[in-house]
Amino acid sequence: MSSAGTNPAQQARLARFRHRKVVNIVAITLSLGAMAFGLFWLTWILFETFRLGLGGLSIALFTEMTPPPNAETGGLANAIFGSLTMVLLATALGTPIGVLAGIYLAEYGAHTRLGKLTGFVNDILLSAPSIVVGLFVYALIVAQVKSFSGWAGVVALALLIIPVVIRTTDNMLKLVPNALREAAYALGSPKWKVIMGITLRAAQAGVVTGVLLAVARVAGETAPLLFTALSNQFWTSDLSQPMASLPVTIFKFAMSPFENWQKLAWAGVLLITLGVLALNILARVLFRNKN
Amino acid sequence: MQTTPLARNETVKMSVRDLNFYYGKFHAIKNVSLDIPEKKVTAFIGPSGCGKSTLLRTFNRMYELYPDQRAEGQVMMGGENMITSKEDVSLIRARIGMVFQKPTPFPMSIYDNIAYGVKLFESLNASDMDERVEWALGKAALWNEVKDKLNQNGASLSGGQQQRLCIARGIAIKPEVLLLDEPCSALDPLSTAKIEELIAELKEDYTVVIVTHNMQQAARCSDYTAYMYLGDLIEFGATEDLFFKPKRKETEDYITGRFG
Repeated sequence: MSSAGTNPAQQARLARFRHRKVVNIVAITLSLGAMAFGLFWLTWILFETFRLGLGGLSIALFTEMTPPPNAETGGLANAIFGSLTMVLLATALGTPIGVLAGIYLAEYGAHTRLGKLTGFVNDILLSAPSIVVGLFVYALIVAQVKSFSGWAGVVALALLIIPVVIRTTDNMLKLVPNALREAAYALGSPKWKVIMGITLRAAQAGVVTGVLLAVARVAGETAPLLFTALSNQFWTSDLSQPMASLPVTIFKFAMSPFENWQKLAWAGVLLITLGVLALNILARVLFRNKN
Repeated sequence: MQTTPLARNETVKMSVRDLNFYYGKFHAIKNVSLDIPEKKVTAFIGPSGCGKSTLLRTFNRMYELYPDQRAEGQVMMGGENMITSKEDVSLIRARIGMVFQKPTPFPMSIYDNIAYGVKLFESLNASDMDERVEWALGKAALWNEVKDKLNQNGASLSGGQQQRLCIARGIAIKPEVLLLDEPCSALDPLSTAKIEELIAELKEDYTVVIVTHNMQQAARCSDYTAYMYLGDLIEFGATEDLFFKPKRKETEDYITGRFG
C-alpha cells in the first residue's frame, strides 16, 4: 500500500482492482453454489438407488422371470433381455441413418435450403417428448398390426436415437478444420473419399461418443415402450410379440403395493443406473483417448 | 509489364494469361499474366490481401470448393487451360500438388498419410508401396527421423516435421508442379531453414511455386519473384533483378520496407 502513495492514478487503479476482486469472489461463490446444488441431488439419487437396489441384486435377478405378486422367488431376466435386444436393434437401425444424415447436413447440405430445413426439423425432433414418439409409433404400427410388439418398440427407440446421432455427427464434422479437407482435395481425392477417409475419421471419437450417449438416453425411456412393446410376463425372443423391458417393468412394479415387486423395481433402477453410468464413462474415455 | 523474364534456355511450365478472380463481387486478381518456369522456384510476394495466395489457389482449382468464388482467364499447362479443362479436377490436382500454411497431417499413421494419396491413383503391392513411402519421406528429408515410427499418428510429430510430412505426401503422387502456400509461416527458424533447404533440392525434379510473407525467404530460395499489390501483378522478374534493381518504384518501396 505504501507504494500507492499520493499518486491519484495509482489509487484509482487500486480501487478498480479491489472492485474486480470482489466481483470475482462473488462469481466464484455463485458458481460453486450451483455446482454443489446439482451434485447434492445427484449423490442423493445415487445413494438412494444403491441403498434400495443393492438388496435386490442376486443371481436370480438375471436368471428368473418376472414373478407374480407376493411370490417367493423371481427376477428380471425377461425384462433385461428385452431391454438389451430392443436397445441394440434400435442402435443398429438408428446409427447408420443418423450418421449418414449427419454427413449430408455437414458436408453436402450445409448451404442448401434442404439442408437448413432438415437441420431445423431434426432439432424439433430432438426435443420432441418421447411420449409423442411412442404414440406416433402406436398409431403407425401397433394400431395397424393390431398387436403390441418388440419391433414397434425398436422403431420407437430408433426414432429417439436418430436425431441425437444426426446432431452430434453434424456438429463433430463441422468442427473438423477446413484446412484438413482442402489438404485432402489438393491430393486429388474425390469428395466421398475425403469424407469417408479424412473428415469422418477425424470426427470419429465425437461421433462414437454421440452414439453412446444416445444409447444411454433411450436405455431408460419408458413412455415410447409403453405404447409399443408394452410388456410381457414371460421370456420371449420373438420380436413380433409384446416384449418386456426394464423401464416398463420398473414402472409397473414400483407403482404396485406388493413388496417383492417393489424390491425388484429398485434392483432394476440400480441396473439401469449402472448401465447408463458405464456408457457415459466409456464415452468419456473413448473421447479422451482419441483426442 | 514483363510477363516472360525467362532466360533463353528455360522452358515455360505454366503460362498464366489475363487471369481474373472474384470472391462474389470482389475482384481479387486483376488481369494477371505471367510465365512459371519449369524446374525453378517462383515466389509470389506482397502485403496481406494482395491476392498471392488466391493466385496460387486458382492453379489447382482449389477455389471450386466454394460456390461464390470463380476464375476467368487462362492457366495453360501442357497446351490445356486448367481453368476450363474438362479433365476431372482430381486428375488436375494430382498433377499440381499443394502444401498449405498450417501443417495438416491426416488423422492416421505417418505411413498411411503418404499412402493415402498414392492409393487414389495407383494400385501398388505392399513392397512397392513401402518403397514409395520411403522414397517420398526421403525426398522430404524426413525419412531418418520417422523410419522407426511409421505406425505412429502423423499428429505426434513436431510442427516442422508435420509440414515436411505434408510435402512428402504431395511428392508421393509425383506431381509436375508443387504449390507451397506460406509453408513456413507456422514454423520456428530451424524448421524453416530445413524446409528452405528442401525447396532448393525439390526444384531439381519439380516446378515449385511458393507464396511467402517473408522477403528474405523469397530472396534466399527462389529463382524468380513476382510482386503483387491489391490484385495487380506489379513486377515479375529474376529474383536478383527484382530485389537489387527493381524497375518499379512500388516494388522498391515494398522490398526496402518503406511500405507494406
